Amino acid sequence: MSETALTARGLNKSFGSLIVAADVELTLPAGVRYALIGPNGAGKTTLINLITGMLQPDAGRIFLGPADITALPPYQRVRLGLTRTYQINSLFPHLTALEAVTLAVCERRRVAQTWWRQLTAYRHEIDEAYDILAALMLNSACHRVTRELPYGQQRLLEIALALATKPKVLLLDEPAAGVPRDESKDLFAAIAGLSRDITVLFIEHDMDLVFRFASRVIVMVGGRVLVEGTPAEIASDPRVRAVYLGKGRAP
Amino acid sequence: MTIQTIAGPHDYLRAQLRWRWSEIAFWLATLLPFVLAPNYLVLASQVASTALFALSLDLILGFCGIISLGHAAYFGVGAYTAGLLSTWGWGEPLSGLLLAGLAAGFFGYLTSFIIARFRHLALIMITLGLGLLLQEAANSASFITGGFDGLQGIHTWPIFAKFDFDLYGYTAYSYALAVLFLIFLLARRIIHSPFGLALRGIRENAQRMPAIGAPLHSHIRTIYTIAATIAGIAGAVLAQTTETVSLEALGFQRSADVLVMLILGGTGRLYGGLIGAAVYMVARDQFSGLNPQYWYFWIGLLLIGVVMFLPNGILGGLSLLTRRARAAP
Repeated sequence: MSETALTARGLNKSFGSLIVAADVELTLPAGVRYALIGPNGAGKTTLINLITGMLQPDAGRIFLGPADITALPPYQRVRLGLTRTYQINSLFPHLTALEAVTLAVCERRRVAQTWWRQLTAYRHEIDEAYDILAALMLNSACHRVTRELPYGQQRLLEIALALATKPKVLLLDEPAAGVPRDESKDLFAAIAGLSRDITVLFIEHDMDLVFRFASRVIVMVGGRVLVEGTPAEIASDPRVRAVYLGKGRAP
Repeated sequence: MTIQTIAGPHDYLRAQLRWRWSEIAFWLATLLPFVLAPNYLVLASQVASTALFALSLDLILGFCGIISLGHAAYFGVGAYTAGLLSTWGWGEPLSGLLLAGLAAGFFGYLTSFIIARFRHLALIMITLGLGLLLQEAANSASFITGGFDGLQGIHTWPIFAKFDFDLYGYTAYSYALAVLFLIFLLARRIIHSPFGLALRGIRENAQRMPAIGAPLHSHIRTIYTIAATIAGIAGAVLAQTTETVSLEALGFQRSADVLVMLILGGTGRLYGGLIGAAVYMVARDQFSGLNPQYWYFWIGLLLIGVVMFLPNGILGGLSLLTRRARAAP
């Protein structure tokens, strides 16, 4: 457990005069469930974009395990086991759930460039995709076109797509965004049930869910990491209270 | 005995591969011109080569979302390659076809590095620019291409040294149709492969593809090269069957026409380009017979009508009709 899954060192990013990441340091030990919280505009999604390579940092380095991945394009980071999901559904509207997850499995197994063999010949890939969907209770909907799925199932499909890449580190950007409260508990139960081999960092606003499902919490304000600690430490930290009660300095 | 209500994952996917009756009927209908319209076999062979060209555009536009206004560049490279081979003394059609495909595919591979980096409006401008560049290059290199007058002295040898290209287009249509059918089989295989699934992923949500570990640019380069190769083969078929190549083979007009045909027929369905090419070229033949000067007026009207009332093209309209007919008791 002492192994480090993901490290960020001195990440900086600004858009003109707007600083969205300032000297962000992050060390995620393998297997831990992290919550990333902070007020709107704190730079949480930006941090995920920086780590996954959707944005290039102005300065700083990112390591996946021991490997420096700062210069790698996003898809190669995914291939090494660093995967994210999106706050707003980013799916394949006209693919069925099974097709979408099969595609992700084929990409991981490096067979998605094969154009001379029929997809049905890839039974292992299809079976694996089906199993991923089944583990998330999506198997009965697997032949339905994505855009016709209920919203909650679409959120689960986001996670299924990410799991199909066999991540070592999984970054979930508000996995329950827009899902009714009672359903979001089920969603987080599914996340809590993920293999302990996967290190998870999730952005979430609902403090109940954060304290229930995270073993550690990172608080960001104004592009900086304010504090990191166990849920109990965070709950009693006066600086965090100040930010959330609106008494803190403006970010 | 148990009754399975939900088809298993494999059965469902396999069912999509099956040849439908409408497909079999379509290919049988392509044989009708031999019997019903033997005087139109020359036109039919031009329809077949143009349909192949439209099919190649469908692979990038319909399945991958790459809009091109310069696709005739690859058609032209293929046509000139086949034509030049013949004027230099090698008129054997099948090897000419192969070399033309290779030349166009190579050109497609080179340009794909630019294409893969852009989308939408920028892509339209870049493909348009590439097409214009090539057209002007061919025009100024008149010592090779014959410039404005076109290539002179193309003669295509008999196929398998046996079937001579006759005046009535019997061999020409057989040849063009056979090439079209074989390449269609290949295209059908591509879209039902894992790579075909990746292409649909790109069309649906290109931004998401890297997030599932997909090398987006590499995928785009691959399909663009394949489409350019097929376009080149289409150009070669036209050059070999008509025994002429002129600058209009790679002109803007041809790029625009093929886009119109594909949109008329319906994109992303493989058959859309084939139906569109047939409707467009037969309509052009008929309208230009009625009024040789203003036939584009009718084409314009047809295009507006189809896009307004059948947003997914003729095939999209047909499949909507059959679905309604099935839903009705």
